[in-house]
Amino acid sequence: MYSFDPTEEQQMLIDAVSKYAVNDLRPAAHDAEESRDLPKKLVSKGWELGLLQASIPETYGGFGERSAVTGVLALEEMAFGDLACTLAVLTPSLYAMPILLAGNEEQKQEYLPKIIEGNWSAYTAALIEYAFDFDPNTLKTVATLQGDEYVINGEKAFVPFAKEADAILVFANLDGPTQGFIIHKDAIGVTLSNEREKLMSLNSLPLYRVKLENVKVPSANRLGGTAGHDFEPILASMRIANAAAAVGVANAAFEYSKNYAKEREAFGVKIAQKQAIAFMLAEMRTEIEAIRLLTWEAAWKLDQGKQDAFSEAYLASTGATDMAMMVTDRAVQILGGHGYIREHPVEMWMRNGRGFATFTGLAIV
Amino acid sequence: MPIEFEAPKPITQAQFMLKTVSEEMIRPKSRYFDEHEHEIPWDFIEFMQMAMKATGGSSLAPRENGSNSEEKERRPPIAYQLIATQIESVAWGDLGFYHCLPGGALGAAAIHAAGTPEQKEKFLGRFKDEKPTFAAMCITESGAGSDNSAIRTRAVLDEKTNEWVINGEKIFVTGGDKSFSEYEKLGKGFIVVWATIDPSAGRKGLRAFVVESGTPGVRVVKLEHKLGIRCSDTAAISLVDARIPFENILGSPTVEKTTTGFKGAMATFDATRPLVAASGLGVARAALEFLKEKLTEQGVQIRYGLPRQKLTSIERDVIDMDIMLKSAWLMVIKATWMADNKKPNGLEASMSKVKGGDVCVKITQKVVEILGPLGYSREFLAEKWMRDARITDIYEGTGQINRLVVARQILGYSGSELR
Repeated sequence: MYSFDPTEEQQMLIDAVSKYAVNDLRPAAHDAEESRDLPKKLVSKGWELGLLQASIPETYGGFGERSAVTGVLALEEMAFGDLACTLAVLTPSLYAMPILLAGNEEQKQEYLPKIIEGNWSAYTAALIEYAFDFDPNTLKTVATLQGDEYVINGEKAFVPFAKEADAILVFANLDGPTQGFIIHKDAIGVTLSNEREKLMSLNSLPLYRVKLENVKVPSANRLGGTAGHDFEPILASMRIANAAAAVGVANAAFEYSKNYAKEREAFGVKIAQKQAIAFMLAEMRTEIEAIRLLTWEAAWKLDQGKQDAFSEAYLASTGATDMAMMVTDRAVQILGGHGYIREHPVEMWMRNGRGFATFTGLAIV
Repeated sequence: MPIEFEAPKPITQAQFMLKTVSEEMIRPKSRYFDEHEHEIPWDFIEFMQMAMKATGGSSLAPRENGSNSEEKERRPPIAYQLIATQIESVAWGDLGFYHCLPGGALGAAAIHAAGTPEQKEKFLGRFKDEKPTFAAMCITESGAGSDNSAIRTRAVLDEKTNEWVINGEKIFVTGGDKSFSEYEKLGKGFIVVWATIDPSAGRKGLRAFVVESGTPGVRVVKLEHKLGIRCSDTAAISLVDARIPFENILGSPTVEKTTTGFKGAMATFDATRPLVAASGLGVARAALEFLKEKLTEQGVQIRYGLPRQKLTSIERDVIDMDIMLKSAWLMVIKATWMADNKKPNGLEASMSKVKGGDVCVKITQKVVEILGPLGYSREFLAEKWMRDARITDIYEGTGQINRLVVARQILGYSGSELR
């Protein structure tokens, strides 16, 4: 059967996340972006919503089970408030979810309870590399097996909270396939950039470049143990998250510009009463709906273990990239000159919007 | 029920069955009827009449939800979703042939939406008869397209005989010939004619009237020659002092202060817009699948999963078309799912038509472009699909009218606030 109704539980979660996004994130977003500083309290409050905790089974200290669909619903809603803070709240997931999805039993037992037992703490992952043709499936960071340990060389970019993190899940190329390695920050050969990354947006999210020179990793720290793991489910979960976040940001830009158009007068009418503006809004809403459904379907397929879930996730993320750019760009246009001024959030959303072509690896459901 | 994307069994079965029909009966004749406009594909019509009777579906119209068997109570309704799938599958074969499927089409849909129980009984029963039977909707006039309030066709009540007397000329009537002209092989059809009972009342004066085939004074005066969907007849119908029984009016015979009567009949379109989108998406899928076949023959692989920067231009185009097609289809499914579950779907229905119209036009045009001479040649069907698909963004509300409908809904504006 087809159905588009969230469960009661999901709806409660959506409502709770929505409240946080609208009441907490949105009012703080502008100052956080300008000051490059994210209030810790804001992050802990998001953490207390328990999104990650509810994705982890009781055996590993959580209180639920993983559902990509639920993850998508929550992420859409939170990104509606502010993208940078959403990514910060969910950074520990970047470390925990791959372990849940691909780790062996010992790894799950050892790491998962620690991550979720208390307050938000910096666990992170490093996938993105600083290259125009970055491809998560053919990484330039290389792992080689030497004796009973792996040696890793390369450089990772856009690693959230790398400075605070005790451990980083680093993805590297092991004779072709992408594999995850759990690396403790004080491991010899790990160097963080002194400065935070400076990007077009996400100013409040502390991102770092991480250099790895002959970093030795015991084979027990390879994700999935010596047998390794399949990277595809992890990548698909990241792509779906990317798409869901794009839907959230696009929705924010759509709602804001719609409300503006209903207030702003020109030539004696509200500008929303002009077809030139109204049609833009109609198309924005339509494109958001299209990608939103594609993302939901990809998430559902992933949860169901459908064969085409991975390609569907790729399509959703690729489609979301265009959709988010188109919608946020139009939001700026609808506000006209005001859209260009940083007092209104639409220019920031447009900067966010372009990023989804690059953000895969910064969120996971 | 939680969020789910599993196609129900009746839908996958219908897809399987209609794929065979498309491949065996429709595609081989597709070019012939494109090149022989106004010929009627009788073999197909008669076969489908038989097949639809045999499988229990009398036409591609949802069955009335009158009977409350426990079976129905337990299973979520999927009538509209099923119809959307069936339409997509037949249109994948040929969009013109889809319009030749026996049944009441928009004519019956209007009666479904605005008819009384007596009218439904009287006019809709015939689609279950032995002979294939058609019905059509007549709205458009030379001076009135999407703007229904400009309709000039006039209906006057002759109180002596208690008959409506209708005068006017309707154009662009899809299936008007098969619905109104009397063919030996067809059952008695009808057309639903929109006319005003009070020209000073604007939209409030508009009513729809059921006009039986062969009614004196009514004539098919022209069959249009079109860009595509050529085996679907598009008629101009003139009505000169056409007399029809009083009870053939849909909705109230008096002009009220409100437009509820009009809106009731316009509800037809909330139900049918996603179906039109579905038909266009069938053509788009045909074109995209054909392109992929040709590329595979040439050894061109589409490398799904690569970052865009590494893709070739053709790969990017194909992947973008996959995204468009899949997401547009999901919008159709959602809009019909809402209809099935009695959720108001005006917004979703129009959005699915906006998207569906865009997508099938873009995809078919891009496919012809990528295929180059193979696309442009009439040796293959790609060029025909591009011509066929173009109508999707025009009929049952152009893309622009649907954008207007979407905009009014999301902005909460009335027709006078957003013109």
